[in-house]
Amino acid sequence: MLYAILCYHSEDVVCAWSGEQDAAVMEKLAAVHEPLARKGKLGPVARLLPTTAATTLRKDREPALVIDGPFAETKEQLLGFYVVDCESLDEALDIARDLGRANPGGAYEIRPVMVYNPGTLST
Amino acid sequence: MTDLGWIADALAAARPQAVAALLRYFRDLDSAEEAFQEASLKALRNWPKNGPPRDPAAWLIFVGRNAGIDEVRRRRREEPLPDENALSDLEDVEENAAERLDAADYRDDILRLLFICCHPDLPATQQIALALRVVCGLSVRQIARAFLVGDSAMEQRITRAKSRVAAAGVPFETPGAPERAERLAAVAAMIYLIFNEGYSAAGAEAPARASLCDEAIRLARLLLRLFKTEPEIMGLAALMLLQHSRAAARFDAQGDIILLDDQDRTLWNKGMIAEGLALLDKAIRNRRPGPYQAQAAIAALHARAARPEDTDWAEIDLLYGALEHMQPSPVITLNRAVAVSKVKGAAAALTMIEPLEERLSGYFHFFGLKGALLMQLGRAAEARVAFDRAIALANTATEAAHIRKHLDRLLKESGHSVAAEGAA
Repeated sequence: MLYAILCYHSEDVVCAWSGEQDAAVMEKLAAVHEPLARKGKLGPVARLLPTTAATTLRKDREPALVIDGPFAETKEQLLGFYVVDCESLDEALDIARDLGRANPGGAYEIRPVMVYNPGTLST
Repeated sequence: MTDLGWIADALAAARPQAVAALLRYFRDLDSAEEAFQEASLKALRNWPKNGPPRDPAAWLIFVGRNAGIDEVRRRRREEPLPDENALSDLEDVEENAAERLDAADYRDDILRLLFICCHPDLPATQQIALALRVVCGLSVRQIARAFLVGDSAMEQRITRAKSRVAAAGVPFETPGAPERAERLAAVAAMIYLIFNEGYSAAGAEAPARASLCDEAIRLARLLLRLFKTEPEIMGLAALMLLQHSRAAARFDAQGDIILLDDQDRTLWNKGMIAEGLALLDKAIRNRRPGPYQAQAAIAALHARAARPEDTDWAEIDLLYGALEHMQPSPVITLNRAVAVSKVKGAAAALTMIEPLEERLSGYFHFFGLKGALLMQLGRAAEARVAFDRAIALANTATEAAHIRKHLDRLLKESGHSVAAEGAA
């Protein structure tokens, strides 16, 4: 079963990290990714730019409306996601716990994937 | 070892919002800062025990307000507030507390806090020092280091700035649309000043000042979250990100500046470039051009060029033309001349800058460029005169050293002894 792990954290906090702090977190995360990748459990991984770079298309009207900024104002923001292949929710939670130890603070939302299309991107 | 790093991060992140709201309650910078300090101390005691509150800024504002409650009561009658243990134990109380803080107030609070730091009575250096201390929460020592002055001198500078601000009176009325736009423009200019304090530093002072660039970018992101649809704020953030993306490539091992053409572009920070380009893209869609967007667009053309020879100088020439129109200044014309020299040649560029000589007679970069253009045109004697002027006007040893390299080349080409002339 594929699970998406959606990463929420306070952007204020993450943006206040120094370059060294950021690099240290990324390095610790890479150490968690490595065995997952080796076992063929790790799908696409994305880290998103801050919500200040976001644009929203409101398509509930005609013509659709382009709005500067994120879709929702939340205290913690969607800052990235993983797709992982797991036997069970417990396994997905274990992976999320490992990721959480490397990158404390905020929350992970674990969502089973209904349709998965790996796409054609080569990078 | 107890890891309280996360609390420090959360306090730093919540600071501008919390101090800004406390300023609205206490109407006085010192009281707002003291209340925030008090709340931070309580957070250090309370959060490890009770876990982080859901909204650290709301928690700090309420606890800070509590801490100064006697002060508040003395000035105006207020309802008593729940204490901080109740706040973080009972989620509904916290929820309720957050509710009562009108989210719309935050925007004007933070803008006000930033705006009073750029009071026109304050010289630029005091504006910057005050913003770094009060908004960013840098310590006096950190700021003193960045400005290469002693701690007590910086302490005095900040104290003077605070008393000037207090004497001028803090504008507490909710601003109307024109005042808001005016404040936003003043604040944007101050943020760019902070950035340039960091960006223009070279040599030994560069590392201590580089953090000013990060602080300025942080402030721009903060403003952008509050004013999501302002293309000039997007442009400002993009401009700073694109310029700062080159930080690792801008200096050699001796701390001497490396010009854009000679930088190792693989050292440019790809994340910052991506964010800068994304913000510029968004800004341009609004079709409300402005000077920050134009400058960011110029920086973007450099960022997009994998090699110096790939740079779209014709487009840069056009953008400087637009910038000249929006913000006429001999310095902008001088910058445009660099693009013109690449597109139309040194002679055209020289014609363009010659009328500026009177107004830029004290400007290092004018004579640096004039010398370089004359050198390209083979007018060595005139080039040497211009370079000598540039060296006399250099602000830093690095700038002077850079011009000396040109002079050495000229001298070598004309067969003079480098050592003899270098000593002159």
